Formats: sequence, C-alpha cells, structure tokens
Amino acid sequence: MMILGIETSCDETAAAVVEDGRKILSNMVASQISIHRKYGGVVPELASRKHVESIVPVINEALSKARITMDEIEGVAVTRGPGLVGSLLVGICVAKSIAYVKKIPLVAINHLEGHVLAAFLEKEIPSFPFVALVVSGGHTNLYYVSDFAALELMGQTRDDAAGEAFDKVAKLLHLGYPGGVIIDALSKEGNPNAINFPRAYMEKDTFDFSFSGLKTAVVNYVKQNPNIVEHPESHTISVADLTASFQEAVVDVLISKTIKAAEEKGVGQIVLAGGVASNSRLRARLKDVARDRGLKVYIPAPELCTDNAAMVAACGYYRLKRGFQSSFDLDAISRNRDFD
Amino acid sequence: MISNRKFSVILKSLQDTWETGRYLGELLEAGDVVALIGELGCGKTYLTKGIAHGLGVPENYYITSPSFTIINEYQGRVPLYHIDLYRMEKGFNEEALGLKEYLYSPGVVVIEWAEKLPELPQTRIEVRMEIIGDQERKVEIIGHGDHPAFIIKRLRQKLGAEA
Repeated sequence: MMILGIETSCDETAAAVVEDGRKILSNMVASQISIHRKYGGVVPELASRKHVESIVPVINEALSKARITMDEIEGVAVTRGPGLVGSLLVGICVAKSIAYVKKIPLVAINHLEGHVLAAFLEKEIPSFPFVALVVSGGHTNLYYVSDFAALELMGQTRDDAAGEAFDKVAKLLHLGYPGGVIIDALSKEGNPNAINFPRAYMEKDTFDFSFSGLKTAVVNYVKQNPNIVEHPESHTISVADLTASFQEAVVDVLISKTIKAAEEKGVGQIVLAGGVASNSRLRARLKDVARDRGLKVYIPAPELCTDNAAMVAACGYYRLKRGFQSSFDLDAISRNRDFD
Repeated sequence: MISNRKFSVILKSLQDTWETGRYLGELLEAGDVVALIGELGCGKTYLTKGIAHGLGVPENYYITSPSFTIINEYQGRVPLYHIDLYRMEKGFNEEALGLKEYLYSPGVVVIEWAEKLPELPQTRIEVRMEIIGDQERKVEIIGHGDHPAFIIKRLRQKLGAEA
C-alpha cells in the first residue's frame, strides 16, 4: 500500500512516499532554517506563509523521486498536531484536497507518534511493547508503546523542553543557533563533571521532566562567574566545561527516567527519537547504560529523527490497517493533551 | 490622564512566585495585558503558571514555556494567551508575528520579555522581576491605566505589601 505523508507542524515542509509502512520511496524536506535563523528560532506567522509556498513543489518532488504518479497513491497521512496551528493547517488543507479529489482515505497523525514509529523505517526494528523517549525543541515525552496506534504517555516536561533548554543556554552564552548542535560539538572538548548542576528528578512517582531550574542554575553560575564568558583565559573552567556539565545534567535525567520507565514496565527495548536524539552524548550514554542493564536501544537515523514525512506516512499505513480514518472536518491541534 | 500605581515585594520561594501569580490571575479580566520583564531564569513562566491557575485553567494542565512556539493558548474563565518574545530582537516586526490580533482580543494576554515590543500597550500591568537569591526574587508591579491600577490596589492588599 502506497502512502503519501505530509508534515508541516513546525519549520520543515515535508512530503514522503512510503510503501507498506516500511519502504521509503522518497523523503523530501524543505527546511526553513535560513528564514528563522535571525530570530533564533521559528516564527509561527513566517512559517505558515513559507509552507504555503513550498508544500505543492515538495509533494511533486516526493512523487517524482518515488517515480510514481498521484494516481498510484492509496492513502494520505498528515500531521494533525501538536505544533503551530497555522503551519499544521497548510498540510491538512492540501491532504484533504488530495484525498477528496483522488477519493482515497485520509488519516490524521500525531506528530509524536510519528517520531516513535520512525524506528520502524530502519532495518532492525523494535518489537512491542517498548518504552520511547521523544526529545526535541518543542517536546520531551516518555511513552509506553504496546502496539501501533497504542501509546501511553508516561511523562512530559512541565516547563522547558530539553531542546529548548539547549537553545536558551546557547543563547545565554552567545554561541549561536541552533543551540543543540553547537553545544553538542563544543562539549566534546569539555569536562562534563566540571560543574555539578542540579538534576531535577521531581517527585518519586512521576516520569515528568523539568529543565527550567537547570537553566536558572546556569544563569546563576554565569552571573557569579562572569569571567567564564568575558575573560575565559583567566578562568579555570572553560565554556566547553560549562556546556558539557549542563549537557550532562540534561542527559542524566533523560536517561535515568527512561531506564526507570523501561524497568517499571518490564520491557527490554527503548526507542530514542526526535531532533535531540541526534545529540551524541545522549546516544552514547543511553547505549552504555542500557547495555549494562541488558536493554536494547533503537535510534532512527538522523534524517528520520528530525521532522520528516516518512514517519508520518509509515504511521498512516499502520493506522489505516487498523481501521483509523479521518473525515474532512479534520482540524489542527496545537497541544498534545488535546488529542483524543 | 492615565493613572498609575505600583508596589514592590520580595518573593522568598518558587511557591511565593506561584501564589502571587494565582492572586493576580484571580483579579484579571478579559482585555487585561500583563507585561513580564526580567532576565532569563527569573521566574516569568513560573509566575504565569500561577496566573493561569488563578484564571481557572485546570491545575493538571501543564503551562509550559512558549519560547519555542511563541504563543500558547489556554482556556480558563476567559482565554489566556501566553506569549514569549524571548527569541525576538528588540524592535522586531510585529506584523510578522500577528501579535496585534492577540493584544486586542477578548482574553487575558501575558507577555514574557515584553520589553522587546516596539511599544508597550498603554494600559497594562507591568511586572518587573529580578533574581536576588537562588529562589528569592524582587518583584515590582506597576498598573498603567484605571483597571490595572485597581487590580494593583487589590493585589497589594491581598499580599499585604507596602506601597
């Protein structure tokens, strides 16, 4: 079954053709990074306008790369949320039009479920049940996944998303954008134990996350040690030590909650997904810790971790197989908790 | 003439910050604009969590940072628009953001990093926050306009603060 996937939840206009939820025939992404860079992040209104311009060319590219025509598409999957409503609506409108004109089924996808199911586009795939951590600039969600379309949210952030904390610390230290990538690279030269930043594990019985306090701790550290930024040569701790220590605090909490979730649910597999899954320290440490405990970790390739439409198409295939189909009054949803 | 009333208060803990937000939220009505000003980590989002609760947004609803999305909407007794201009440069293009639609909407608007607006709304409740200790914050609250001044008076009574 040939599915066209469409993803416009944030700043990537993406379309992909996937066969039977496994075989990627094309996976096109038009990034808007250059437009948003001067704002240090995505500007919603600009993003929707750019999606309008890009969406049809990107879909056409996806079809031609897959060497098929629209007539061969058997279903359209589109991200419904969470994300920026104006951006989501662009993808939804196009998906509805295609489904209506071609008389093929339309299926709405939760962006976060898409990230988790990206793991099924790899050669080696997990088997149910497993625990999945989705980390990105906008989300930090922990799931127990018992089947396709059966995700139980175990925990989420109460303030800043993990990726957001990276961006804010990068901005505070004038390191540039996108902060996650820069901090990852810089931290390789730093000592992760140079500064003992707080780890927010929260109450005992929760799998929720909080990164706001850590951000404040970094602010306070820089205030008390202004030389680290202004006169780095006179300071024994470098900016790389600082970012490595900050990164370590984020990674420690992400890993410990994920491992605890896997153990509580009695599962042997973990999926790590979302843009921050590209962070080299997080990948390496999670694999190490998991190996010691006999857990297997699945991390999709970087191009399947960032926002893409192949994950949406795959998700759409499995949802259609299970009888899910959306009607033409489908609307965008900005927040994850408003999903049914 | 626009009346103006202000007071300062020291908040000793995160809980204090949240409570102050809740009291303020209870007093707010549709059309009110709260301008939050203060450095990274001073507790603007935390104060907004309290405001949201005071406005009747259910307590189990997570009020998360809008730095990434710029605008988050919540349904309380009146709609709450939680805006964050952290990523904007001072004097950015307001049109590109579609901000005006929110500033003149029938809801309560809370704006973090409001000093980045090309121009602050004339009628507003301005909250200036400063980090003075790990959790301790110095907060100055100013009401610009009749309704904000009235809210400030009530809030001060509630907090038992000095003028």
